[in-house]
Amino acid sequence: MNKILSRKKFSENVNEYVISAPDVARRADAGQFVILRVDEEGERIPFTICDFDREAGTVTILVQTVGYSTMKLATLKEGDCIADFAGPLGKATDLDEYENILLVGGGIGSAVIYPQIKKLFSKGKKADVVTGARNESLLIYRNEFKTYARNLYEMTDDGSAGEKGFVTDKIRNLLDGGERYDCIFAVGPLPMMKAVANLTRGYGIKTIVSMNTVMVDGTGMCGSCRLTVGNEIRYACVDGPEFDGHLVDFDEAIARNGFYRDEERSHVCRLTGGVR
Amino acid sequence: MADFLRHEMKNQSPEQRVKNFDEVALGFDKATAKAEAERCLNCKNAPCRKGCPVGVNIPAFISYVKNDDMDGAVASLNGDNSLPAVCGRVCPQERQCERFCVRREKAGGSVSIGALERYVADYALKKGKQQERKVKTTGKTAAVIGSGPASLTCAADLQSHGFDVTVFEAFHKAGGVLVYGIPEFRLPKDIVKKEIDNLSEMGVKFRFDTIIGKTFTLDELRKNFDAVFIGTGAGLPLFLKIKGENLPGVYSANEYLTRVNLMKAYDKNSITPVQRGKHVVVVGAGNVAMDAARTAVRMGADDVTLVYRRGREEMPARREEIIHAEEEGVKFELLTNPAEILGTDGKVSGIRCVRMELGEPDSSGRRSPHAIEGSEFDIICDQVIVALGTSPNPLLRDGATGLEITSKGTIVVNPETGETSLENVYAGGDAVTGAATVILAMGAGRLAAKSIIEKLGDK
Repeated sequence: MNKILSRKKFSENVNEYVISAPDVARRADAGQFVILRVDEEGERIPFTICDFDREAGTVTILVQTVGYSTMKLATLKEGDCIADFAGPLGKATDLDEYENILLVGGGIGSAVIYPQIKKLFSKGKKADVVTGARNESLLIYRNEFKTYARNLYEMTDDGSAGEKGFVTDKIRNLLDGGERYDCIFAVGPLPMMKAVANLTRGYGIKTIVSMNTVMVDGTGMCGSCRLTVGNEIRYACVDGPEFDGHLVDFDEAIARNGFYRDEERSHVCRLTGGVR
Repeated sequence: MADFLRHEMKNQSPEQRVKNFDEVALGFDKATAKAEAERCLNCKNAPCRKGCPVGVNIPAFISYVKNDDMDGAVASLNGDNSLPAVCGRVCPQERQCERFCVRREKAGGSVSIGALERYVADYALKKGKQQERKVKTTGKTAAVIGSGPASLTCAADLQSHGFDVTVFEAFHKAGGVLVYGIPEFRLPKDIVKKEIDNLSEMGVKFRFDTIIGKTFTLDELRKNFDAVFIGTGAGLPLFLKIKGENLPGVYSANEYLTRVNLMKAYDKNSITPVQRGKHVVVVGAGNVAMDAARTAVRMGADDVTLVYRRGREEMPARREEIIHAEEEGVKFELLTNPAEILGTDGKVSGIRCVRMELGEPDSSGRRSPHAIEGSEFDIICDQVIVALGTSPNPLLRDGATGLEITSKGTIVVNPETGETSLENVYAGGDAVTGAATVILAMGAGRLAAKSIIEKLGDK
């Protein structure tokens, strides 16, 4: 059992949880994830580690309410416990070898680039950040990005904050404007990462993506998170979650991720009486 | 006068059992158990024992059953086997103890040792807690990594010899393959839970959600425990490496069985999603393939076809599982190998196979199959479950300085002791052998425990 130490509402359906998990915090690093179960009957669901405090023994995750289990999680309050919290899993992201880095976060994906910018900042490395969301209320960690980024570019679909447009518009703009990045780390919905990878391929810039796949155990056992990367089967849970965006078969990943959508919907219906 | 012919356990009828996940084999009643026990000739040299990887004194416990002394039978069996209710159900007895029974060929068939073991073990579980044996502690500590059959056996043996044992399990539940892999209808989870509760009562501590190599490392465990046993099993599923294998609707048997068993997708009220395929093809012919095929039948498939590249003789599954699968309507396509998984609209729509013929025996002693040219044919299906075996999980290797591993990913041990290349670190089970059986894993757990006790226990 792990206690929820604090819960903060970020936007309409995104909550930030600080969880007491000393064993996970002890070895956690940016880029890794945890598997949690809300209660004894719960599914095992993966969440990116957004932040951690080794001394306090805490791990921070950001949860977007999208399905049955995340809805259940959203009903828990400060002081409540979740049944299981296992990790840290996956490989940590290491951007040490790059000098001029652009971090790109789409929607909740910004939660994955947040620990990266913090890590880079702590090492004295400057990086630019592009974040994107449908509208202003869905942009997350805005102040934090302002603090840690060399330049922060915000993009919204409706223009309610930053510039109107997609993150790819801004990336193209920056590259055409003469920015010389040696690495782009992009995290967001699969179609966004696919679009970024397709764009940067033309510029020949190393592009790393973080693959959020369906998982059961998170330890390489079930194979449900498998991806084709450069014509080889790779497991997001143990080989990733980061991969070379130019080698990932995104269409396959999108098809695989949508597999349980109908079933998930029916569970959500049961929980809400059909209201979402 | 004892009955001449071997008694078999009664089963739920195939028509009935395909509609539920309840146990198929119903076990012996008292009269049948006694009648079967009386068939045992109590051979002086007990040939059956040499077929048992943990050396259960088979004639001894059967003698107690014969004499209506069930408590005596329990004491005798428990002394030799820490998971008898599991072994009685999942051991391939026909290749082990029962294979060496002198009655096998000419005297009505081998004694039903497995069914008798199960009978005695179930009696003990029903009766509840045994009187506790006071164990003098050695003051020594042991870490056991994983909680499958090898680990549970090792933990039980060490704890009963005065070690302070902590089991580290990556999942939220103990039992390893006994809970995620083997289905309810073959090994009820209540039985596994009771066996594990017994260990907890003995004083074994369990730490769940703890992944060695991630949460803690082997190097750290070595600093904090006098001895370490690695029983991490072989969890990494193998795939066919053919076109279409990543289509939605293609499962590893591990994923399919984990979703259905551990995550309870067999229960319609469970929130675990799993595809209930209508036309299911299972690739492979081991116990896991049988489990997957029979699970698919119970999940409501109209037809389940098992595809295997060798012949019936070569099928590695337990005989009983093969028979049960056939009785439940699983169709076998033998000497058949998948060539491609076909997709329509991004989902599985069939599997292209090629017929095989058997050639000369290969290095494993089995005749190796070759494709027959021009023999391709398609099986229409909406779900494919790949049960080709598994290889050891690599996570443990992070932070395991100096642990010798083979090119296949298995851990190198001294076969006499179970010790790895690291002092006081032992390993056994599928992590050492690659995917094998529950009982072999238990034998390895027992060997390692014996070595640890001899080396570190009270002299």
